[in-house]
Amino acid sequence: MEMPAPNASVTANKAHIVTRLRRVLPADAVIDAPEETRAYECDGLTAYACPPLAAVLPATTQEVSDVLRICHEEGVPVVPRGSGTSLAGGALPTADSVILGVARMNDVLETDYDNRMIRVQTGRTNLSVTGAVEEDGFFYAPDPSSQLACAIAGNIAMNSGGAHCLKYGVTTNNLLGVTLVLMDGTITQIGGAHLDAPGYDLLGLICGSEGQLGVVTEATLRILPKPEGARPVLMGFDSNEVAGACVSDIIKAGVLPVAIEFMDRPCIEATERFAGAGYPMCEALLIVEVEGSDAEIDEQLNVIMQIAGRHNPVALRQAQSEDEAKRIWLGRKSAFGAMGQINDYMCLDGTIPVSELPFVLRRIGELSKEFGLDVANVFHAGDGNMHPLILFDANKPGDLELCEAFGAEILKLCVEVGGCLTGEHGVGIEKRDLMDTQFAPADLEAQMAVKDVFDPQWLLNPAKVFPLKASASRRAAQVA
Amino acid sequence: MLSPTTEEELSTAVAQASGPLRIQGGGTRGIGGPTPGEVCSVAGITGITLYEPGALTLVAAAGTPVAEIEAALAAENQRLPFEPMDHRKLLGTTGTPTIGGVVSANVSGPRRIQAGACRDSLIGVRFVDGRGTVIKNGGRVMKNVTGYDLVKLMAGAHGTLGVLSEVAFKVLPAVERVASLHIKGLADEKAVAVLSRALGSPFEVSGAAHAPRGRTGDPMTLIRLEGFAESVSYRAARLKELLSDAGDITVQDDPATTAADWTWIRNVEAFAGTEGDVWRLSVKPSDGPEAAVRVGGDVVYDWGGGLVWARVPAGTDVRPLLKGLPGHATLVRGDSKGRAIFQPEPAPLAALSEGLRAKFDPRGILNPGLMAQAQKADA
Repeated sequence: MEMPAPNASVTANKAHIVTRLRRVLPADAVIDAPEETRAYECDGLTAYACPPLAAVLPATTQEVSDVLRICHEEGVPVVPRGSGTSLAGGALPTADSVILGVARMNDVLETDYDNRMIRVQTGRTNLSVTGAVEEDGFFYAPDPSSQLACAIAGNIAMNSGGAHCLKYGVTTNNLLGVTLVLMDGTITQIGGAHLDAPGYDLLGLICGSEGQLGVVTEATLRILPKPEGARPVLMGFDSNEVAGACVSDIIKAGVLPVAIEFMDRPCIEATERFAGAGYPMCEALLIVEVEGSDAEIDEQLNVIMQIAGRHNPVALRQAQSEDEAKRIWLGRKSAFGAMGQINDYMCLDGTIPVSELPFVLRRIGELSKEFGLDVANVFHAGDGNMHPLILFDANKPGDLELCEAFGAEILKLCVEVGGCLTGEHGVGIEKRDLMDTQFAPADLEAQMAVKDVFDPQWLLNPAKVFPLKASASRRAAQVA
Repeated sequence: MLSPTTEEELSTAVAQASGPLRIQGGGTRGIGGPTPGEVCSVAGITGITLYEPGALTLVAAAGTPVAEIEAALAAENQRLPFEPMDHRKLLGTTGTPTIGGVVSANVSGPRRIQAGACRDSLIGVRFVDGRGTVIKNGGRVMKNVTGYDLVKLMAGAHGTLGVLSEVAFKVLPAVERVASLHIKGLADEKAVAVLSRALGSPFEVSGAAHAPRGRTGDPMTLIRLEGFAESVSYRAARLKELLSDAGDITVQDDPATTAADWTWIRNVEAFAGTEGDVWRLSVKPSDGPEAAVRVGGDVVYDWGGGLVWARVPAGTDVRPLLKGLPGHATLVRGDSKGRAIFQPEPAPLAALSEGLRAKFDPRGILNPGLMAQAQKADA
């Protein structure tokens, strides 16, 4: 993955830039010693690393504004960072950039149950937002797998999803307002506790803009009353096609489960060895979860079990207790860890129309043979968001490149069948250069025009999202 | 009048336009009165291009009548999640509402509090910008974070950033039963507090409205539950118990009656055929009653109190009266002379909006007078 050459005039100016940053931040909030900036050299996409010029850890919106104003005046690129869990390289620095981490901003500013909202600083982790309201019977719905660690700032930047978004939507559907600091230091408020925008939907535009339009320091989030209960059912099938057809039939029957998760045989075998959840050995496995009171759950699961029964399942198991429910989820939740035990892996994130599931899985199997790399599939089947895990050996020369080439083929396949490159992880650097397989030049130009409006000098997270070639002239203007 | 029948013809029409264009679908939602320019109607670009019930997705040309889409969905026992309002009775307009018009105005109904607004169900768009360039964003899958979300930007942009040619939605299953809890005689503040308690319960409320003058003329508070039959009965009973101190609660589950009640709320039929201006106030739900007091006049509350429809004497500007309350006001019915139709934005946001408009429509020919430029002119 290519990154642009650092701007030599910025790196040569490091001492001056750091001095200016120290004037507006506490001493311990500016990190510039080479042995310490290394802590910020990469995010969850660990194959790529580059220590930044410096890292800053502001504690208030005003401090964020001061930092951005200084970097704007000095022409320094800024890479915003939540908790650094991006799998797409969204927070990967360049040598001439300042990392702006929001980790010190993690307070709850307001909870308002009458209006079903919470206002937080965006360094707060996803799970601790729910933690702040769950005793009162509420929760924050988006639940990315990294929810223990990932920050709301990153969730907003990437418009994160999770296993339960079939029913509750993704971040953008649960975001009511933000405090956004623009690259020149201007502090703006968008949205609030009311439900819609007065003018253009700038909130919708900010969400998922990968930290390229501004830095979000505070967020007003929609919270929901917790359901009375939830129960999963596990079903095994002897082919991917049948499992795919079952998903489609469940949806058509009018049931809206909160989650429909899919695992294929390689994934079942690996997680079974790792976690011993007691899964049946079969070609494809579904976990379907519904919510409500006991009677409501029974009503929904009756419909679902009947549909599954028509597809000749090799296993059909309804959780009879809390413990059984946990065991059903155990394997799914350990899937990534199980893969990590076997090998290094790359996790993809393309989305496909649900109807294309059997075809795409078959094609991935063929590609796996062509590239000579194993792949396991685990994903959110209800919304077609796939997570193929390609196994490779990072210590074997050329294996990473081979894995990336294989991954690119899978993502192109997702686009070909009518889907997209990324369902919830974001483009970052990882999918940046594949963007023109999904978008025509005019489509990309329209998106880049938006960045021109918010960040005319292209200083915020500049080498992400758009193919380097497509954004070259705009980034060159920044260096000049 | 320009009447393209394909996206390509639309593109040519916009590219060759020498002056302002007034973008129109069915012409039923002309908020703030007509804008200047030659009419460019998208009503001829029609047809459902893709519908996969098993994937909960539907794609249609922008000029497709809403009724056609709703009928296609109903045939598969599905529906648009956001329950779009029909403006015809309120505005006294005629014509056929189109799906492009719904998206352009981000039109949502009572279910917005549960299922989200139009923009939340919208997963893809194709549009023609002010130069005539065809642009696509999003797609036909419901989980998609590939690139910037121009889909949201186009929803509610009132045709000022581009003319929609195609829209794609996530749809939802229709429901087996609908029931409404009716509470009579509540004062506004009490009613909104009751709605808030209902919305804070785990019983999945899909409509929460209050009309100080309901269909029978008396104050009426309505709470809607939808789903499988047994589940709806169960939740209605639990909710009735939870709210028992609020007054006499009756449960209405006759399909025709509940449908008529919620259509009445959704389409603001209380103000159909009346005199005066109608404003749409979007506020924090618990601020709804305060907003109503300040504005005076007749009101109808939806979205648990967060959406207030207010009917006031013609020519009233409600914005000075609402000063200090977070939220915004839109003039939906009435002559816009001397009043901005859309709430003026604070300077930094107005600058961003104007910047976006200049990028997407550099000649300023798409619905001039609406959205960003109107605010600049009035500021």
